[in-house]
Amino acid sequence: MPWELARNAILRKKTAKGWCGLKEDKMALSELAQKALATRREVLRLIYRAGAGHIGGALSAVDLLVVLFYDVLNYRPEEPDWPLRDRFILSKGHSCEGYYAILADRGFFPREELASFMKYQGKLMGHPHPKVPGVEIATGSLGHGLSVATGMALAGKRDHLPYRVYCLLGDGELAEGSVWEAAMAAAHYGLDNLVCLIDCNGLQISGPTRQVMNTQPLAAKWEAFGWEVREIDGHDLQQIKQNLDQIPFTIGRPSLVIARTVKGKGISFMENDYHWHHKVPNSEEYARALKELEGVGPGEIGA
Amino acid sequence: MERPNRRVFTETLLTLAKNDRRIIALASDSRGSATLNEFAAELPEQFVEVGIAEQNLVGIAAGMAKCGKIPFACSPACFLSMRSVEQIKTDVAYSGANVRLIGISGGVSYGALGSTHHSLQDLAVMQAIPGITVILPADNRETAMLTRQLVDYPGPVYMRLGRETAPRVYADDFQPEIGKGTLLLPGDDLTIVATGELVRSALDAGYLLRQAGIAGRVVALNTLKPLDTEIILTAARETGALLTVEEHSIYGGVGSRVAQLLGECCPVPLTIAGFPDEPLVTGNQEELFRHYALDAAGLAEKAKGLLRRKQATRR
Repeated sequence: MPWELARNAILRKKTAKGWCGLKEDKMALSELAQKALATRREVLRLIYRAGAGHIGGALSAVDLLVVLFYDVLNYRPEEPDWPLRDRFILSKGHSCEGYYAILADRGFFPREELASFMKYQGKLMGHPHPKVPGVEIATGSLGHGLSVATGMALAGKRDHLPYRVYCLLGDGELAEGSVWEAAMAAAHYGLDNLVCLIDCNGLQISGPTRQVMNTQPLAAKWEAFGWEVREIDGHDLQQIKQNLDQIPFTIGRPSLVIARTVKGKGISFMENDYHWHHKVPNSEEYARALKELEGVGPGEIGA
Repeated sequence: MERPNRRVFTETLLTLAKNDRRIIALASDSRGSATLNEFAAELPEQFVEVGIAEQNLVGIAAGMAKCGKIPFACSPACFLSMRSVEQIKTDVAYSGANVRLIGISGGVSYGALGSTHHSLQDLAVMQAIPGITVILPADNRETAMLTRQLVDYPGPVYMRLGRETAPRVYADDFQPEIGKGTLLLPGDDLTIVATGELVRSALDAGYLLRQAGIAGRVVALNTLKPLDTEIILTAARETGALLTVEEHSIYGGVGSRVAQLLGECCPVPLTIAGFPDEPLVTGNQEELFRHYALDAAGLAEKAKGLLRRKQATRR
C-alpha cells in the first residue's frame, strides 16, 4: 500500500538517530573503500589462522556486505534484538568470514572473538549461527535463507513495521529448488520490504556455474517470478549504494540485485579461480596476498 | 460426540488466535486436510498460504517466529516431516525458532492412498533432531488442552494428529501435561505403553486382557520427547514386561526409545508393536491396524505372547 510506504519512509527517518545506517555521519565512498580493504585483510587472516574457510566467495561478497553494514542497514549493535532493526541473512553461509569481521567492527561482539574462528569451543563456526550477536538465523545449507527472509518480511508487513529484510545468495546456490519456492511466495505476497542480492561470481566448488548447472539467465528468471530486477557491478561501491538507496525498486514487488562479482576479488592470484573456493593459502601465498591488500590498518588484529 | 483431532486442533487454534495476534497458521495447500478454511476466512491477517511447497512453509514459519510470531505450520505429516526435514533441522531447531509443526493426518490416516501418504518415519526423524518436542495427543480433549499449552511452550514442537475420528480416552476433568505420561489402567502382569491415537486400542486391549484374567497395566504417553522415563521405568520394575504400541515403523519410534531406556536402566522382556519395515498392504486405517495386529484384539494377543516370554524367563 502506497500510504504505508510513505509512512514507513517517515518512520525510518524519524528514528534515524539511533539507527546505524541512517546516522548523520554517513560514510564517504573513500571510507567505505577503506572498510572493504580492511574487511578483505580480515577475511584473509581469519582463514589463514584457522587453516580453513571459504575464501573465494567471502572475498566476492565483501563490497556488498560493506555497503549494507556501513551504509544501508538500520540496527543497534548494543541491542541486536531491537524489534525495528533491518534483518540481514547470509544465505550463502560459507562466506561468513567477511560477515564476522564486519559484525565485530560494528561492535556486535569484541574483535578478539575473531581469533576463535573455527577454533575448538570457539563462538565463531565455519557457518553462521544466531548465538553470534547480529546473526539472525543459522545458514550453511544452501537455499534456505530466502524462505526465512520471506517469513521475516511477511511478519513485518502483517505488523505494519518499517523494517526491511536483506538476503544475500550465491549464484551457484540458485540451483536449490527451495530458492524458487521462496521467490514465488515473496512476489505472491508483494513483499517490497524484501531485498535479495545475488553475489554472482560465476564459479562454484567444482567449476564455472555455467558448466556445473547453468542458472542463467538470471534477470529473466527473476522477472518472470515477479521481482523487480537490477544488475550492477558488485564491486562498485557507488553503484551498490545508489541502487540500495532506491529500495523498493517498485512498490508492491520484492527487489532483486544481481551483483556481478569476481570470486577471490582483491587478491590477484585467487581471482576467477574456482580452486580458491575453499583452498587455504600457505605462508608464502598469505604474505603475497596481504601485500596486495596493503598491509595492516589501524584497529585490526595483527597476523 | 467424538471428532477428528485435526478438527479439534484448528477450532482451538482459531479461538486462541482471535485473542492473540502473535498466532499465525500456515498451510501448504493443506487448508482442507488441516481444516483451516474457517481460520483463513475469519483471520486472513493471521493466515499464510504458501502453496505446495513444504520447504518454504517451514522456512517462512521460522522467519516469522524470529520476528515474534507463534507460527503453527500445518501440513500432512508425511510431507512436513520428510520433505522439509532439513529446514526443520536448521531453520527451526538449530536456529531456535519457536515453530509449531503440526503433522496432519499422521501415521496411516490416509490408508489406501498408499505409502506416499503414510508418515511412519516422522517420529524417528523428529526425535533425532536436538531441541524438538514431539507430541502425540490421543483424543479430542487432550488435543484441545495440548494445543492451548503449545502457545507459550518454549522451543520448537512437532505435534502429530490423525485424520479420522479419534475415540474418547479421557474424562472431562483430565489435565494433560506435555512430557508427562498417564496411567490409564492399573495392573502388575505387564504394561502396554501406547502413544497417539492408538491409546484407545491399547486401553481396549487392557480390558480384553482383564477378561482373560491378565492384569495388564496401560500407560499413555502424549510426548515422545522429552520421554517420561519415570512412568516407564516404574512400569518395568513393577510389571516386568513392556509392550509398546505406535502408529509408526517399528524402527525409531516409541518402541526404540523404550528399548534404549530399558537396555540402559532396567532390562525386561519387550515387544514393539508397530508397522513392519516393508511396504504396507492396501487398506484403510482400520484395515491396516487389523492386518498388522494393532487393533485391540491383535494387541491383546501380542500381550499374551509377551507374558509367556516373561514367565519363561522367570522360570
